[in-house]
Amino acid sequence: MKRGIDRKYIPVACTICVAALLYVAAGLSYKGFFAPQVFINFLIDNAFLGIVAMGMTFVILSGGIDLSVGSVVALTGVLTACLVEKLMWHPLAVFPVALLCGSLLGFGMGCIIHFFKSPPFIVTLAGMIFARGMANVISLESIPIYHPFFVNITSWGIPLGNGIILPSIVLMYLGAFGCALYIAHYTKFGRNVYAIGGSEQSARLMGVPVGRTKIAVYTLNGFLSALGGIVLTMYTSAGYGLAGEGLELDAIACVVIGGTLLSGGVGYLAGTFVGVLIMGIIQTFIIFKGTLSSWWTKIAIGILLFIFIVLQRALLHFSQRSRHSRGN
Amino acid sequence: MKNREEKRRHTIPSFRLLWPLAALALILIYDLLFTPHFFTIVIKDGHLFGSLIDILNRSAPLCLIAIGMTLVIATAGIDISVGSIIAISGAVAAWLIAQAHAPLIAVLCVPCAVSLSLGLVNGSLIAYLGIQPIVATLILMVAGRGIAQLITGGQIIVFENKPFEYIANGFLGGLPFTITIVAAMLALALLLSRKTALGLFIESVGCNPEASRFAGINAHRVKLLVYAFCGLCAGIAGLIVASNIKAADSNNAGYLLELDAILAVVIGGTTLSGGKFSLVGAIIGALIIQSLTTTILTQGIAVEVTRVVKSLVVVAVFLLQSENFRKAIGASFTRRAA
Repeated sequence: MKRGIDRKYIPVACTICVAALLYVAAGLSYKGFFAPQVFINFLIDNAFLGIVAMGMTFVILSGGIDLSVGSVVALTGVLTACLVEKLMWHPLAVFPVALLCGSLLGFGMGCIIHFFKSPPFIVTLAGMIFARGMANVISLESIPIYHPFFVNITSWGIPLGNGIILPSIVLMYLGAFGCALYIAHYTKFGRNVYAIGGSEQSARLMGVPVGRTKIAVYTLNGFLSALGGIVLTMYTSAGYGLAGEGLELDAIACVVIGGTLLSGGVGYLAGTFVGVLIMGIIQTFIIFKGTLSSWWTKIAIGILLFIFIVLQRALLHFSQRSRHSRGN
Repeated sequence: MKNREEKRRHTIPSFRLLWPLAALALILIYDLLFTPHFFTIVIKDGHLFGSLIDILNRSAPLCLIAIGMTLVIATAGIDISVGSIIAISGAVAAWLIAQAHAPLIAVLCVPCAVSLSLGLVNGSLIAYLGIQPIVATLILMVAGRGIAQLITGGQIIVFENKPFEYIANGFLGGLPFTITIVAAMLALALLLSRKTALGLFIESVGCNPEASRFAGINAHRVKLLVYAFCGLCAGIAGLIVASNIKAADSNNAGYLLELDAILAVVIGGTTLSGGKFSLVGAIIGALIIQSLTTTILTQGIAVEVTRVVKSLVVVAVFLLQSENFRKAIGASFTRRAA
């Protein structure tokens, strides 16, 4: 039994090892890669992806999938920019509206998935097209934001000394990560998510409120996507309806690289966090290298995905085999 | 008793096509009433022109992918890498024409062979390593566009090659050549799946892979074959897309087309959980999506609204098909103790 417990940490441990290896390898080959500012940049550049990937982790843990996140990011981004710049709302009033909008979309999709027993893949696919369309209806052009309050909170940060600043979007990212960790591991809801992902049938028989939890998972994911949209808007100081195209796949890739099984029930948010970090290290490495083109990022991510998926598969195979032999 | 059973077997397929056909008819009736000249077909230079022909022509890549995707979904799988395969196929074709100056036969065969082998890679990951289909094909979906950009050097390769351009822009017997391609592939798929035992094998693997293995079906090989075929369909679609714009655009060729194809298949009455499938239904699904797009565009509605309308119609058609939805409508929305 003890070996079984160890085994479930192996994918996450692998993720952390790969991240450390990549970081050290990149740091040894390029001067300045170890600079703290570079590390902060990993967090800044991928804050929105990280937040979205967190929501995706919950969905995948529950055994589902959500393809709509990239579009929801674009929709909330454009909505925020439009309300602030065109309708002259105060940003503090706009944020709750954007978050509510994302949550409502997630809630709606969760309801359709639960009540009509529709496959999440198709429902969120329709949600993806819908949200992207709505974003484009609001505005086809990128809307830059000049509101003084918005600019202030965007440029605000906690100084860490040596001229290094921890900017507000990183704080939001880390804050969201902390909350998500708490929800996943220290609440009843978190346990229910794991239970449903492990086996929906068993969870129902144990008395887990399957329907409520599922809808809540998609609502939470919608909320986090909206938060990701706001962070992206702060990062780029603009809302753009074409932003975040293909983001859902990046998020799923981060989750898988982070050691979460796509069949649900197994995985950790911390793994996803490291998965996003790996994405950042690869991107920065390619920028440092200079001669490599951006498409190498995609190929590298693809190769990493492949390695991790095969690794997970092998682990599952061996654990099943050992359980089998123990049963005999 | 036997008679009734036989009768039911005959009525079920036609019933399954009822909803998609009704949806398509609804769109066309709307066009008949509100879009002037929608049904007029004129003959110019011996070729047929008109909105209907246009719909058929433009839906060709989608139809091709939907054919392959139907067989994949029938085995309870999914292939989300087809968009990337389209990009790779187009990139290879463009590279062969513009950089390697290869003969036409190579330009046609090499991309198809490449796509076929990519499909084989997908298939072997799924069949022999037992990886979930969505995960296995996600790898190629992410890496594929990178590979396509690697081939084209990140540029959009523009080329001029009259015989190659014929694929998407030529006419055969008055009709666009693309229709012939789709018809040929559909005939091939129908022949393989309905006139041989292969269709039965595919359905049986989709219903219960374990049971079909015990029944003596090589489930692994069936899966491998299905993904390879899907890859080939995507490769041909990639040739059409590249030939149509006379260029290879690695970023946008076939972008998100896999999702449209999956929608088309589902609208056409094939469930994502595998088992029974309908190739004709998938074609109807693809035509629904294309005629919806064309209708919205000819109505003069802005392009950006297209997606909203499209998603709403898709959800409506999808819900109408869902038994749970019909049940829920029938028996007033009672919430089961979940």
